[in-house]
Amino acid sequence: MNNLIRELEQAQKRDDLPPFAVGDTIRVHYRIVEGKNERIQAYEGICIGIRGRGLTRTCMVRKISYGVGVERVFPMHSPKIARIEVIRRGRVRRAKLYYLRDRVGKAAKVKELVGGKR
Amino acid sequence: MKALIGRKVGMTQLFADDGSLLPATVIRVDPNVVVGVRTPERDGYTAVVLGADPLRPKRVTKPYAGQFADGMAPVRHLVEVRDFEGAPSVGDTLGVELFAGAMLVDVQGTSKGKGFQGVMKRHGFHGGRKSHGSKFHRAPGSIGQSASPSRVVKGKKMAGRMGGTSATMHNLRLYGVDAERHLLLVGGPCPGPRGGTLLVTDAKKGGTRNRAAVSLAAGVAGGSSGEAS
Repeated sequence: MNNLIRELEQAQKRDDLPPFAVGDTIRVHYRIVEGKNERIQAYEGICIGIRGRGLTRTCMVRKISYGVGVERVFPMHSPKIARIEVIRRGRVRRAKLYYLRDRVGKAAKVKELVGGKR
Repeated sequence: MKALIGRKVGMTQLFADDGSLLPATVIRVDPNVVVGVRTPERDGYTAVVLGADPLRPKRVTKPYAGQFADGMAPVRHLVEVRDFEGAPSVGDTLGVELFAGAMLVDVQGTSKGKGFQGVMKRHGFHGGRKSHGSKFHRAPGSIGQSASPSRVVKGKKMAGRMGGTSATMHNLRLYGVDAERHLLLVGGPCPGPRGGTLLVTDAKKGGTRNRAAVSLAAGVAGGSSGEAS
């Protein structure tokens, strides 16, 4: 990427979010504007992919909500994200966990990362 | 009319202050020089000749060098702009500040060359079925009648070279002016490859629909210069 663009993006980038990786279970506290009110909604799931670099970086978070698979993509530097919590680290061997979509129940679990170096 | 010659740096995304993500093209505008002025007395119309991108004097032919006033560094790009705002004189330099406060701009450039393309890509023909026994896929079909007129009408849309022509994007939002880094932040894509030359002018049509002002979230337009809203 061009240096000028990287420099420009620097102003809007956030450094207050915890580092996390694909496979981790994260909780995203997202600001939602309803009319005049603003509230924060938590969305918890497994991060199944991270794409983009710089300001355009996004993470895809998958969860099962009332039996239905839901995937949301969050721009990681969005001012709408109040905060991100890392709930559980996962041990995965892939950059994109699309295989989880075809699995149900226990098979759709990601093993916990124990004492690994990241 | 206001205009500046710039160079496309590339595209990115920026956050607006309401948190929405906006597509943006970054245009670098190194100070433009006023190379010439056309006056009604001498030329019959008013215009300003803008120049950008200095050339090494060695690379300039004598006829080209004659375009420039004595002692002026020759430049690669010259554009004549009619009825320029503010009547600058020869030798003046103009930078991105020219557009401070502007909301909409037009951006003109040379589109990327696409080579020899068929009618579907070049003119948006629908083509035929891909399967079910169809033998008519991407061909143009009939190009005219028979005995009368027994020729093809001029201007018939056919396959051929596409792209590499002048293209103008009208009414692009100006998100910000970064005077420190000589950048203009414009909403959406602009014609041509990265590094291509662009001419930024104030919006000719001015926007017929109501457009709400967009302001960027903190910090982007380089602090001091402030964001256009």
